Amino acid sequence: MIEVIDSARCTSCDICVNVCPTNVFDKTSGVPVIARQGDCQTCFLCELYCPEDALYVSPFADQAQAIDLIALRQTDAMGSYRRAVGWTDGTRDRRGDDRSYLLFGH
Amino acid sequence: MTIQPNRAERVYAPTGSVEFEADVLVLGGGPAGTWAAVCAAERGARVVLADKGFCGTSGATAAAGTGVWYVDPNPALREAAMANREKLGGHLQDRRWMARVLDRTYQQSNRLAECGYPYPIDDSGKSQRNSLQGPEYMRLMRKRTKQTGVTILDHSPALELLVDDDGAVAGASGVRRQKDDRWTVRAKAVVIATGGCAFLSKTLGSNVLTGDGYLMAAEAGAEFSGMEFSNPYAISAAFGSVTKTLFYGWATFTHDDGSVVPGAASKGGRSAIARALLEGPVYARLDKADDEVQRQMRVSQPNFFLPFDRTGIDPFKDRFPITLRLEGTVRGTGGLRIVDDSCATSVAGLYAAGDAATRELICGGFTGGGSHNAAWAISSGTWAGQGAADYARQLGTIGGRKLSRSGTIAYRSRSRRAFEPAALAKAVQREVFPYELNYFREASRLEGALARLDAAWHDVSEADAASKADLLRAREGAAMLATARWMYRSALARQESRGMHRRDDFPEQDDRQRHYVTAGGLDEVWTSVRPHADAAYAEAAE
Ligand SMILES: Cc1cc2nc3c(=O)[nH]c(=O)nc-3n(C[C@H](O)[C@H](O)[C@H](O)COP(=O)(O)OP(=O)(O)OC[C@H]3O[C@@H](n4cnc5c(N)ncnc54)[C@H](O)[C@@H]3O)c2cc1C
Ligand code: SF4
Ligand code: SF4
Repeated sequence: MIEVIDSARCTSCDICVNVCPTNVFDKTSGVPVIARQGDCQTCFLCELYCPEDALYVSPFADQAQAIDLIALRQTDAMGSYRRAVGWTDGTRDRRGDDRSYLLFGH
Repeated sequence: MTIQPNRAERVYAPTGSVEFEADVLVLGGGPAGTWAAVCAAERGARVVLADKGFCGTSGATAAAGTGVWYVDPNPALREAAMANREKLGGHLQDRRWMARVLDRTYQQSNRLAECGYPYPIDDSGKSQRNSLQGPEYMRLMRKRTKQTGVTILDHSPALELLVDDDGAVAGASGVRRQKDDRWTVRAKAVVIATGGCAFLSKTLGSNVLTGDGYLMAAEAGAEFSGMEFSNPYAISAAFGSVTKTLFYGWATFTHDDGSVVPGAASKGGRSAIARALLEGPVYARLDKADDEVQRQMRVSQPNFFLPFDRTGIDPFKDRFPITLRLEGTVRGTGGLRIVDDSCATSVAGLYAAGDAATRELICGGFTGGGSHNAAWAISSGTWAGQGAADYARQLGTIGGRKLSRSGTIAYRSRSRRAFEPAALAKAVQREVFPYELNYFREASRLEGALARLDAAWHDVSEADAASKADLLRAREGAAMLATARWMYRSALARQESRGMHRRDDFPEQDDRQRHYVTAGGLDEVWTSVRPHADAAYAEAAE
């Protein structure tokens, strides 16, 4: 489930509010809030669309997890999905990396 | 020459609501809905597309990504592609439909390439087109939808259809949940592309898929086919949502004590996993993947690894607990019955595409790992969009039709009993999640579940209208409840095992039941059978 919006990184662009399919976030006059965490479907798509790598979705789908943001910032978890699919400036060449055709039919 | 797209017209509406006039209204903005919208607009129709979530991220494909039944137009390859799944699907497929889906999917995938989808190039220099990355694909489809002049309403779940005096579907209405108001679109034709129903199981990307389109269509009189094929369960880490199962083909499944679960496999042995889960925890380790395969896996499905990387699990070395999450009709094959090549339903003005429509014509009673669903979404979306546009054009100008709203449950004030959507959703889940009810079916257990579901339907029928804040959840709960009743009624009607439908009391496939089960009804759910095309032709020739 979505656990954190890092207010130090967030620019209040509200993209996450728009793209979350289950309407988890609410706009505010500043950083959006996680208004309905229980509705999160753990799809990780808000992370993909956040231009600032300011969001973190914990992989636990059914339970909220306590998150230590300071420690989390030390890891490379935030933004890792975006980089893996080639949605950051430095990783664009990964968009055509799909090797599924070698794996189908196993 | 650039063609000026026709746009839907926003018309005057009282405060608290917005209204549009369109030729075609598409409900749902996954692959089926976006293909439908684009293809209707390309025929000159003024189109509105309304999505419950955000068109581009919402639905099963956007979050999960899909293999696609893309087969080169080489007769031998096409023949093999059709033949090799017929047994799994219980021989309910229809060759003519399979062939036209293969053709259409091939064409439309190639169009995606022209539009800039970054298909990978293999070592021989060939562009490989049998897999689509979900976020990438659906971001592109949103862009194409906008470029063709379609008006997109995001965060705008449709909640009920509008019908004219003759019962033809003529629009829909819903809420704009981020604006806290209502929307209404009057249209000459409506395409239901709201996906399947996964009962809020948190299978990847699917909590927006609660069968809303089924309920709305049924309220307008539509019928279903193949709703007994509605019990696929997908593997994920026990704690996680990523129900992508391809890589479990390289897994070893073990009991708590480390012993191997006999017969367990992702493909062809999933029921052994379900039976083991009834006894206790089951673990997986992808220990059959060598280094090269591991590398290919990482670049092919990056989201598969998120749950592991973020918990410090090495899925190739460590064993981790798994579960099976119900996917209902998302990777089941039942859905709205379509009556002709344009994916029209049995109700005038109403079309169906993607998971909302039955996929029996190309998958029979089984899908999974076959990429047929994605091919169906593309093809049926194309046909439904074109069919709806043609129907709208034929209708011509039809000013002054008197339209009425067709919503039932959660709209009617029947008593002072409050509507409790959360409790309703839980009650439905209690009947459809358990493996012993839904994975492994048997008459008396199905009848017990149906009696409780029918009672729940009666109960919500008597409830008060839902409050404005609860309306969406109330309609979702009612849709899940209705879906469960069509599923189990159809499951009782099929007294054999075929495709994914597995009856403990009828473990064998029965040649005399190579037919389709039709279902419908709200207060009274009914079923009947229709012959398979082969049988129908044989009869006609007699
Ligand atoms: C984990 C996973 C993996 C899969 N892998 C494969 C695969 O490899 N190959 C394959 O062929 N298939 C696969 N599938 C199935 C495939 O994803 C679906 O068949 C496909 O997404 C169907 O497209 P669709 O447009 O019909 O539905 P969806 O993509 O689910 O889209 C439905 C849309 O309707 C919207 N909606 C719902 N209710 C309403 C409402 N009331 N009003 C307005 N909008 C509404 C939703 O928000 C959503 O955007 C997979 C499914 C899952 C869950
Ligand atoms: S998308 Fe990222 S930067 Fe934009 S508002 Fe959301 S968290 Fe902040
Ligand atoms: S993970 Fe998905 S459902 Fe959860 S907040 Fe992010 S976008 Fe929304």
